[in-house]
Amino acid sequence: MNWSEFIRMGGYGFYVWSSYGLALLVLLLNLYLPLRRRKTVRRLLHEFLRLKEQTR
Amino acid sequence: MKTRHKRLAIIVTGVVGLTVAGLFVLNAFRSNLVFFYSPTEVLEGKVSVPAGKTIRIGGLVEKGSVQRSPDGLKVDFVVTDLNKKLPVHYEGILPDLFREGQGVVTQGRLQPDNTFVASEVLAKHDEKYMPPEAAQALKGGTFTPGGETKKP
Amino acid sequence: MQYMHKYASPKFFYTLAGKLTPWMAALTAVLLVAGLYLGLFVAPVDFQQGESYRIMFIHVPAAWMSMFIYVCMAGAGAIALVWNVKLFEMFAGNCAPVGASFTFLALVTGSLWGKPMWGAWWAWDARLTSELILFFLYIGYMALEASIDDPRRAARASAILALVGVVNIPVIHFSVEWWNTLHQPASVGKVGTPSIHPSMLAPLLLMSLGFTFYFFTVALMRMRNEILERERHTTWVAQLLESKS
Repeated sequence: MNWSEFIRMGGYGFYVWSSYGLALLVLLLNLYLPLRRRKTVRRLLHEFLRLKEQTR
Repeated sequence: MKTRHKRLAIIVTGVVGLTVAGLFVLNAFRSNLVFFYSPTEVLEGKVSVPAGKTIRIGGLVEKGSVQRSPDGLKVDFVVTDLNKKLPVHYEGILPDLFREGQGVVTQGRLQPDNTFVASEVLAKHDEKYMPPEAAQALKGGTFTPGGETKKP
Repeated sequence: MQYMHKYASPKFFYTLAGKLTPWMAALTAVLLVAGLYLGLFVAPVDFQQGESYRIMFIHVPAAWMSMFIYVCMAGAGAIALVWNVKLFEMFAGNCAPVGASFTFLALVTGSLWGKPMWGAWWAWDARLTSELILFFLYIGYMALEASIDDPRRAARASAILALVGVVNIPVIHFSVEWWNTLHQPASVGKVGTPSIHPSMLAPLLLMSLGFTFYFFTVALMRMRNEILERERHTTWVAQLLESKS
C-alpha cells in the first residue's frame, strides 16, 4: 500500500487526521486522569492512616 | 406511600412533564427552528419573506442548470424542490460536494424578480454511504440523492 | 432492593470493579484496533465524499456516546435520588467529564467534517445546536457538582439538573427528522433498506462498541478512586492499604 497516498486521504488529510488525532488525545487524557488521581488518592490515604495511627 | 415511592413518582412526573412541555415549546417555535425554506414555500408565499431579509433556501441543484463564469468565481444555478424552481446567483467558493442533482442550502436575499442572490452556499448530503461500485450498480451509473426531497 | 444494596456495597463493588477493569480495557483495545483497521485500511472510499467520510468512524460513535453517557448519568442520578444508593451517585458524577469530552469530540470532528463537505465549520441548525446544548448541560452539571461541598448534596442537586436536561436527548435524536437541517438524517437504526454499506457499517459498529467499553473502563477506574476517598474512615480501606503496602 502507498503510505503517502494514505496520509493524503484524497486531499482531506488535514481534516481526517485532525479528527483521529483529537480522538486519540481525548481517549488518552480520560485514561491518564483517573490513573493520576489513583496515585494521589493512595498517597493521601497512607498519610491519613498514618496520622490516625499517631493520634490513637 | 413510602417516601422513596413518592420521590420516584415526583421524578417520573417531573421528567415526563418537562419533556412534554419542552416539546410543546419546540413545536411552537417550529418555524424559527427551520434551517431553510424550500423554493415552493418562498415562491408560493407560504412563508412571508420581508424584502431584503436574509433567508436560507434548500433544495436540489437542478441537473444541467449550473453555469460558471470563465474565471470560475461567479456561478448561476437553479434550486428546485421538484415542484418550484428558484434561480440562484452566487460569487465565491463552492463546497466540494456542490454538484448537480445534489442537495444544497444557500443563504442570501430574494430579489423582486423572484431570483436569489446568495452570499453563502452549503452542500447538503444524504445519509447514504457506499463504495462507488455499489452506487453505480444501484443507479446504473448515476446516483440520485435521497432525503432532501422530504417536505417539511 | 436488598440485593441491590448488597451488591452495591462500596467494598464489594471496589473488588469487583478491580477484577473487571483489565478485561474491559483489553476488550476496548481489541475493538478499537479492529475498528481502526477496518475503518482506515479495509473500508472503501465513499461514492460522494471520498476519503473524508472516514471521519464518521470517530464522529458518529462519539456523538452516540455523548447521548448514551448522558442517559446513563441521568438514570443513575434518578436511582440515587430515589433509593439513596451511593454507588449510583458516584457513577452519575463520574459520567459527566467523560460524557463532556465525547460531546466535545463529536462537535469538533463534526466541524472538521463539515468544513470540507458542507462548506462551513458550523451552522446553527437544530442538530448542531442541540448537541452544543448537551455540551453546556455537561458543563453545568460539573459546575453545579463542584460548587457544593457536601458530596451527597452535590450529587442530588446535579442529578436534578441532569434529569431536567434529559429533554434534550430526544430533541438531538429527532432534530434531523422534525426540522429542516443541514445535517443529514441517521444512517443506522432505520427499519428497511440500510443506507450504509456493510463494509462501512462494520468499522462504525466496532468503534462504537469500543467507545462504549472504553467509557465503562474509565468510569470504573474513576469510581474506584472515589470509593477509596469516600470510605477512607472504614476499616476495610485501612486493611486494604495495609495488605498492599
